Amino acid sequence: MTATVTPATTGSAAATDSGSGVLGALTRHRGRLIVACAAVALVLGAVFLGAGNWPASLSVDLSGPLKSTSDWIIDNRDGHPLFLYFLGHVSNAVVVSVRAVYLVLLALGWAGVTAAAALVAWRVAGVRLALTSLAAFAVCGVLGMWVPTMQTLALMVVAVLASVLLGGLLGLAAGLSDRMHRVLRPVLDTMQVLPAFAYLLPVVLVFGIGVPAAVLATVIYAAPPMARLTALGLRDADAGVVEAATSLGATGRQRLMTARLPLARKELLLGVNQSIMMALGMAVIASVIGAGGLGDRVYQALASVDVGAALAAGVPIVLLAIVLDRVTAAAGERIGTAPAHRSRLGWAIAAAVTAAVALGSRLADALNWPDGWTLDIAEPVNRAVDWMTAHLYSGVPVVGGTADWAGHFTTWVLNPLRSGLQWLPWWAVLLTIGVLALLIGTWRTALTAVLAMAAIGVLGVWDPALDTLSQVLAAVAVTLVLGVALGIASARSNRLGRALRPVLDVFQTMPQFVYLIPVVALFGVGRAPAVAAAVVYALPAVVRITAQGVRAVSPAAMESSRSLGATGRQQLLQVQLPLARPALLLAVNQGVVLVLAVVVIGGLVGGGALGYDAVFGLAQGDLATGLVAGAAIVCLGLMLDRVTQPTQRHDLAGKGA
Amino acid sequence: MARTRIAALAAAAAITVTALTGCGAADMTRQSSPYADAKGSRTVTLSVQSWVGAQANVAVAQYLLEHELGYRVDTVQIDEVPAWDALSQGRVDAILEDWGHPEQEKRYIDDKGTIARGGELGVTGHIGWFVPTYFAEEHPDVTDWKNLNKYADQFRTAESGGKGQLLDGSPSYVTNDKALVNNLDLDYQVVFAGSEAAQITQIRQFAKEKKPFLTYWYKPQWLFEKVPMTEVKLPDYKKGCDADAEKIACAYPHTPLQKFLNSRFADGGGDAAAFLKKFRWTTDMQNDVSLMIADQKLSPQEAAARWVKQNEATWRTWLPS
Repeated sequence: MTATVTPATTGSAAATDSGSGVLGALTRHRGRLIVACAAVALVLGAVFLGAGNWPASLSVDLSGPLKSTSDWIIDNRDGHPLFLYFLGHVSNAVVVSVRAVYLVLLALGWAGVTAAAALVAWRVAGVRLALTSLAAFAVCGVLGMWVPTMQTLALMVVAVLASVLLGGLLGLAAGLSDRMHRVLRPVLDTMQVLPAFAYLLPVVLVFGIGVPAAVLATVIYAAPPMARLTALGLRDADAGVVEAATSLGATGRQRLMTARLPLARKELLLGVNQSIMMALGMAVIASVIGAGGLGDRVYQALASVDVGAALAAGVPIVLLAIVLDRVTAAAGERIGTAPAHRSRLGWAIAAAVTAAVALGSRLADALNWPDGWTLDIAEPVNRAVDWMTAHLYSGVPVVGGTADWAGHFTTWVLNPLRSGLQWLPWWAVLLTIGVLALLIGTWRTALTAVLAMAAIGVLGVWDPALDTLSQVLAAVAVTLVLGVALGIASARSNRLGRALRPVLDVFQTMPQFVYLIPVVALFGVGRAPAVAAAVVYALPAVVRITAQGVRAVSPAAMESSRSLGATGRQQLLQVQLPLARPALLLAVNQGVVLVLAVVVIGGLVGGGALGYDAVFGLAQGDLATGLVAGAAIVCLGLMLDRVTQPTQRHDLAGKGA
Repeated sequence: MARTRIAALAAAAAITVTALTGCGAADMTRQSSPYADAKGSRTVTLSVQSWVGAQANVAVAQYLLEHELGYRVDTVQIDEVPAWDALSQGRVDAILEDWGHPEQEKRYIDDKGTIARGGELGVTGHIGWFVPTYFAEEHPDVTDWKNLNKYADQFRTAESGGKGQLLDGSPSYVTNDKALVNNLDLDYQVVFAGSEAAQITQIRQFAKEKKPFLTYWYKPQWLFEKVPMTEVKLPDYKKGCDADAEKIACAYPHTPLQKFLNSRFADGGGDAAAFLKKFRWTTDMQNDVSLMIADQKLSPQEAAARWVKQNEATWRTWLPS
C-alpha cells in the first residue's frame, strides 16, 4: 500500500520560548534539568522504595469479576432485553447485509464481478488500472480461491461501508465542533496505535464467534483513520471560500454541503482508502474469531504447516489490497478534473457491459469459476520452503545456520534484555519511561506514558509485560539498523529505490500470519522467530519514511554543502541525516507501533508473554486472562507510542493492512 | 423547520432499521452464518479444529455430504472452547471430534439444552509426553518420568534457560503440563510453541538433526508416521486424580472422542444430521486421511475423495436409509 503522510494538525508546541529570562533559561536547559531531577528521584527511590517487582499490594485482581461477567453474558444472551432488543439487532443487521452483498456477488458470477471491477477501475483510473484489476481477479480465480475471495469481499464491503459511515459521522462532529474535537482526538490517536489483536476479545465476549464479531472488530479498527481525516479536511477548509459562502447568505448546512465538504473531498477519499487498507489487514486476524473467507483459509493452511496453501490464500488478499488502494487513490487524485458530461456516458456503458456479462454467464450457466482453470502453486512453494529450511537451518559453514543465529540472539540479546528489565525496580522503570518521554515529547505525553505503564502493574501482569517489552526493544533495534540503512541507500540511489518499492508494497500488505510459519521453519520456536516476523513486518514503513525524509532535504542545503567541499559521506552524516531528524523520529515511532503489533501475534509461535496470554484467552474462552492481557497490550502500545512521540507529531496512517 | 426535518429523518432511519432487522426481539443465539444456504442449496456448517485429524474427519464428512447427499458444506476454523459457544448459537452445526470439556458439557447440554450429543467418533485419543524413538533406544531409561531429571541437560534450549525444555503446543489444547512439572519436581521449563503448526515444525527440525527433545503430544496423530516417538511413562491415571487442576500429578486419560451437534440441527437437520450421527470410523482410517493431507500435501478434498473411493463398504453404512 502507499504510505501516506498527513500533515500534523495542531502539534502542541513545546513550552513557551518567549517570556522572561527565567523561563527562557528553563527552556534552554530543559534536557539537563530533566536529567538532574531524574538523578535526584533515582537516589530518593533507592533509599525509600528499594528494589523489586511491582508490589502485590498495588495490583488488583480482576479475574473474579471478569469471569462472572463472561458467565453472565453467556447465560443471558438469549433472554436479556439488552441483547434481544439492541445487540441482537446489530448482529442481525450485520448478518443480513453481509449475506445480501454475498448473494449479489454470487449472482453476478465470476465473469460479472471481474467485469464490474475492471470497468469501475477504467472509469475511475484509466485503462492500465482496469487491466490490473482484471488480472487481479482472474488470479484469485486461478488460485482456486474464488468463493473465499467473494466471502471476504462481502465482509469487507459491509465493514468498510460501516467504517466510512461511522468514521465520517465522528469526523463530521469533530470537524464542526471544537469541543468534540478535543474529546475525540486523543481517543482516535490512541486507537490508531493499538495492535489489531487487542480488539478481538471484547467483541467476542459480547457477540460470540462468527461474522458479526469479525465485522464489528474490523469496523472498530478501520473507522478511526476515516474520522481523523474527515475532521482534518473540514478543519483545513479554505477560510476564504467559507467566508465567501457566508457572505452570500448560505446557512450553516448549505455552507457544509456546498463549500466545506467539497473542499475536503481529497481527505475524505484518503480516509476511505485508509479504512479499506486497515480493514483488509484485519481480515486475516479476524479469522481467529470466525470471519471465514480468505483469512480462514490462511489460518487453516498454517495449522497444517502448509506455507504454499497459506500463500495461495494470502495472494488474493494482497491483490485485493493493491487494486482497492490504487483505485481509491486514483479517485482522490482525479477529483475535479474530469469533464462531467462524458463521464456519465462512460458509467452507463460500464453498467450496461457489466449487466450483459453477468447475464451472459448466467445463461451459459458459468457462474462458478471453472474447476479446470485453477493452478496449484502450493506444491512448488512448499518445495522451495523445504529446500530453504533444509539448507539454511543449521550447519552452514562459517556463518552458522539460522537456528544457531536464533539461539545466539535469544541467549545473548533477548535473555539479558529481559532479565535486565525484570531486575530493574518498578519505580525505576516508570522513571526511565517518564524521562525518555519528556526528552522526546512534552510533559503531557510523559504523563500518559507513565500512567499507562503503571496501569500494567495494577493489572498484575508486570513481568509478562516486561518480557514483551524486551522483545519489542530488540526487534525495534534490529528494524532501525536495517531500515535506516536501506532507507538511506534507496534515497541515494534511484535504481535501488525503484527496485525496492514493489517489494516493500507486498511485504506491507501480506497478512502478518503468513510470516509466522516460515520464520518458525528458519528460527525454530520461541521469541527469536516472533522478533524476526516483527522486523520483516515493520521494515517497509521504516525504510519508506527514512527514504522520504532523506530525499526531502532541501536541494539548496545539499548544494551549498557540496560547494563547501563536503564529501558524500560528510554530506550524509552532517547535512542529510540531521535535517531528516523529524523523519527519523517518525520512523522510530512507526517502527515501535508496528513491531508491537506483530510481537503480540508472536504468541502463536512461542513468543510467550502477553501475546500468548491473549491467544490463550481467545483459545480457551478464558476472558479473564485474555482481557487482562489485551488491556496490558493496549497500555504497552500507548506507552511506547507516547515515549517515542516527537513534539511536532506527524501522523502516518500507514499502520495495518 | 430544520428541526422537524431532522426529526423526520431520524424517525425514517429508525423505521428503516426496524424494518431491516424485523420487528421486536432479535435472538442472536439463533443466527446462522451469512454464507449459509446460498443459491437455494442446503448448507451444513462444520467446525474444523486446528489439528489435522479433525481436518480429516471434516474432509470426509464434507465429501460425502456434498457428493452423496447433495449438501453444500461450509467449514470454519475455531478453537475448541469457542467452538462450543458457536455450536450452541447455531453458527456451526456440528463438532466432529471433541477431547472432553466437562464444564461446557454441563453448561450447554445439561443446563441450556442448546447442544445435543452426537455419539462417539470411534477414535480414542490419548495425550502424553513423548521423546523421539531414536533417543529412547539409546537411553531406554528416559521413558520413566523418574529419570527425566537426569536428562534435563540434554533437553536444554535457548528458550528454556538453565532447565530442560518440555515443548507444549497450542494454548487451546487440554494440558496439565505446568502443574505436572511442578508437582513431580522436574527440572524442566514448559515452552509453549503457541500453535500446533509451530510445534510440528520444531519437532521435525529436531528430528532431522537427531537431536533429543521432550514434547507434549497426542494420539492419534499423523506425525508419528514421520517422526517415531516413544511415550514417557507418567504416574498412572486413576479416575479423579485430575480433579484439582493445581495438584495434578498423574498421566492423561484415554478419551473416547465425541461428536456434538447443535440441538436444533440434530432435530431438524434431516439427512445431514442423521449422517453425522452415524459417522464413525477408526484411528487407522483417520490417520490414512491425515497423512495424505499433512504429509503428501493433498488438499483435504482430494484426500477425502481418495479415501472414499477405497472404503465404500465403510461409509455406505453411514448414509441414512
